[in-house]
Amino acid sequence: MFRSTKSRAVERNRNFARDVSTNVSYPTRLNFYLNPPHEEVSIEEFETWAIDRLYVLGEIESALFRNKAKKELDMIIKRVVDKHLPMGSNMARVVKGAGLDEERRKDHYSHFILRLAFSRSEELRYRFLRAESALFKYRFINEEARERQNFVDSLNFQWNAVSKEEKSQYLSKIQAACQRNVENESFFKVPFIKVPDLVERRAVFVHKGFAYVPFSEQISIVIEEFEKNLKLSLENTAKALPRLDEDDRLLPILNHLSRGFVAPEVTVSAAKPGEVTADQVDSLVPHFPLCARHLHNVLRKEKHLRHFSRLQYGLFLKDIGLSVEEALIFWKRSFSNVNDDKFNKEYRYNVRHSYGLEGNRKNYKGYSCQQILTGPQLGPGDAHGCPYRTYSLDNLVTALTTLGITPDSSGCREVVDAVKGRHYHIACTRVFELTHPQKGTLEESIHHPLQYYQLSTGRQ
Amino acid sequence: MTVAVEDLEDKDLDELIANGSLDAVKQESVDPETMIQYYRHLFPWRLLFQWLNHGPVPQKDFTNREFAFTLPNDAYLRYLSFQSWEELKKEAIGMCPSRFEIGPVYSMNPRDRKTLRKASFHPLQKELVFDIDMTDYDDVRTCCSKTNICEKCWSFITVAVQIIDVALREDFGFNHILWVYSGRRGIHAWICDETARSMDDRSRKMIAGYLQVVAGNPQGGVRILNNLKRPLHPHLSRSLDILKAVFAKVVLEDQDPWVSQEGLESLLKLLPSEPLASALRKKWEVDPGRASIKKWSDIDAAIASGNFDLSPNVIAHAKQDIVLTYLYPRLDVEVSKHLNHLLKSPFCVHPGTGRVCVPIDIDGMNSFNPLHVPTVHTLLNQLDQQSATQSNIVQDPPSAPSSVEDSNAASSTASVSTDLDPYTAYFRSFSNNLFKSTTHNKRKADPLDF
Repeated sequence: MFRSTKSRAVERNRNFARDVSTNVSYPTRLNFYLNPPHEEVSIEEFETWAIDRLYVLGEIESALFRNKAKKELDMIIKRVVDKHLPMGSNMARVVKGAGLDEERRKDHYSHFILRLAFSRSEELRYRFLRAESALFKYRFINEEARERQNFVDSLNFQWNAVSKEEKSQYLSKIQAACQRNVENESFFKVPFIKVPDLVERRAVFVHKGFAYVPFSEQISIVIEEFEKNLKLSLENTAKALPRLDEDDRLLPILNHLSRGFVAPEVTVSAAKPGEVTADQVDSLVPHFPLCARHLHNVLRKEKHLRHFSRLQYGLFLKDIGLSVEEALIFWKRSFSNVNDDKFNKEYRYNVRHSYGLEGNRKNYKGYSCQQILTGPQLGPGDAHGCPYRTYSLDNLVTALTTLGITPDSSGCREVVDAVKGRHYHIACTRVFELTHPQKGTLEESIHHPLQYYQLSTGRQ
Repeated sequence: MTVAVEDLEDKDLDELIANGSLDAVKQESVDPETMIQYYRHLFPWRLLFQWLNHGPVPQKDFTNREFAFTLPNDAYLRYLSFQSWEELKKEAIGMCPSRFEIGPVYSMNPRDRKTLRKASFHPLQKELVFDIDMTDYDDVRTCCSKTNICEKCWSFITVAVQIIDVALREDFGFNHILWVYSGRRGIHAWICDETARSMDDRSRKMIAGYLQVVAGNPQGGVRILNNLKRPLHPHLSRSLDILKAVFAKVVLEDQDPWVSQEGLESLLKLLPSEPLASALRKKWEVDPGRASIKKWSDIDAAIASGNFDLSPNVIAHAKQDIVLTYLYPRLDVEVSKHLNHLLKSPFCVHPGTGRVCVPIDIDGMNSFNPLHVPTVHTLLNQLDQQSATQSNIVQDPPSAPSSVEDSNAASSTASVSTDLDPYTAYFRSFSNNLFKSTTHNKRKADPLDF
């Protein structure tokens, strides 16, 4: 009697979530993301998995935009995937065991979470699709051949193998189209609609509505299918979004995610206070990113800065190592038209507040590019924000000229193009590369003014 | 407003056309009055409806289809749609457009597009279309210029149609291709297969790219795109075979493009070897007026002499490229690439020439002469002469099971015969075939059918 009670109690304590999850199988690490996941996850998992994937996609987008060569792109993807979204192959099951399924689960869930976050506007959808497609392509190409074949077979395309007889009947034509000897390669017949790139370029033999595609082109076909599926799903998700039966937990996370679609937030550590004195600031300006440089110039010109500008610049100076005493000296000297009493009355408190010495004693950190870009709008006379965003194109080109980037150069054009595409951090990165030729190309794009400063001065 | 043109002999007509004065003679004649009569008595509205509707009873293929009218004062009205062919006819008679165009079938009635969200209104289907215009051949035709055409330069179009038509049928498996004379100096193709109608922009761009070989050159004329790789793709080999067979007649004899100094220089520019070009130039300097056909064989003779260090492939390929440059179809790919592009409807009247934009039976393409296409005036005259002797007005027997006969019976086409008949007959059989294949498909897809 008691024994059966015990076993029943044990049953009752079973972790259902874990049991159910072992039923969902991920036979390969490749995924077309056709079926959304069904089980519950915690809010923390929801957010952290999504953020990890976001790192990966953000880096990919950054590398794509900077037109990285294929080899470089692969290296970048490998690095960031191994760090944030590792996916072991089936051969690693011996070593990793159930951990393999965990990785695949994370991949599966994070994709669908980001789908929610990025479906709401056409631009976001396009960017998401592009980055996901590059990631899929990388994983597909680097997958081991047998695994890849298993995966493709499971997708059930309308691929008919071309029989030997048919192939010999059209051999000369097929060879002419493929521009090489294909006697030993197997071919597939695919409706021509499915391979637009190959047909448009006249790279395959087309007959009676079918394209005769060599096995080696399988990759481009699979990727096209992937993109097509994803595009459709994103559009459907967008339509379904308003009807999300949701409480307040997920929407803030989703919004935050979609705005964070920027190169990853590598932690930038502020310098120790005391490294920089008030006198040194002027000499350090050449190492400042454009935002800080702009703030400094306006401060020098107007001998004044408005509130948000003071906040942004003040915290930046704190980041680079200005102590609170030096900061007070700096600001008092900069506000040269303000007499001592007025300064002490109106500004001193706020400077000290930024250093956590007043009010809620919060030790504020300098704003990242992300925060600057999503910060308060500019009013008349304001100097804060990201100049790549706030400047008109003409003013930007003028500003670049003072940095030594001539208006006609290809570098200037690249910066302007990045700005037009609203890739502000890429514009800033490019400016850094152009003004610091000895540093070469940056591995990661600029996402924090302090990062720019540190890279420029060589202080990490 | 009868026009003296109607009484002219063909050869006089040709002369008028050749010296470009036909337009001036015609200008005042295709006026709204004429068009109203044409729309009322001659235009085959029901056939147009059957072609677009793919069925006897109006359905979305027709009722959600965009039409655009160009009014006599040049105003352009878009997003018109109609519930029936009677309504379309009535509107045409009322507004009397000088021409009208056909657009895509939309996701909803175009007239209601502003009532719902912007995203709900988008194009769904439209025939795949191609446009070949003689103006794009101006740099290689010497017989005519500007808006004039003749039998000789029309051959360029004939041969272009051959190439495109066989590619569409053989390679892509399309069956329902309607070639329509554009009224003056060009031709349109409407590919009506269901698969073609549903193609998105990417697929249309794909087909246009597959077919495109030459494109406009900023320095004038055309150039081969992207340096054709050898061996040539099967489509190009097939096209070349077709072109080589007619090159001598159509280009060398009829056009004689290299007889002038300017002409021969343009030929020499296309040769792959400067020494070869110089040698030929010298030879031709002392023989001005040497015919193009002789100059063409001079090239081979020069190579055969062995004085030039050129592999036989190089010159063969160069000659192939020349043939393609002169004869390969010159497509306006922009027309084909977009699903929502509007194109002039068949059976419209060209305001400059008065000729009807008739569909051409592909089997009769080689004997088609654009100068013999009936004009709206000829047709109206024929009607006038015959209706005087008519005692009965017999209804046009419906070609497919149709609904109740229309109330326009009295003013619609009686069984009078005009020169338009062969064209409407062909159009009717084309629509029938299209209808049958569509119905057949529909029946195949319905699992409940037994």
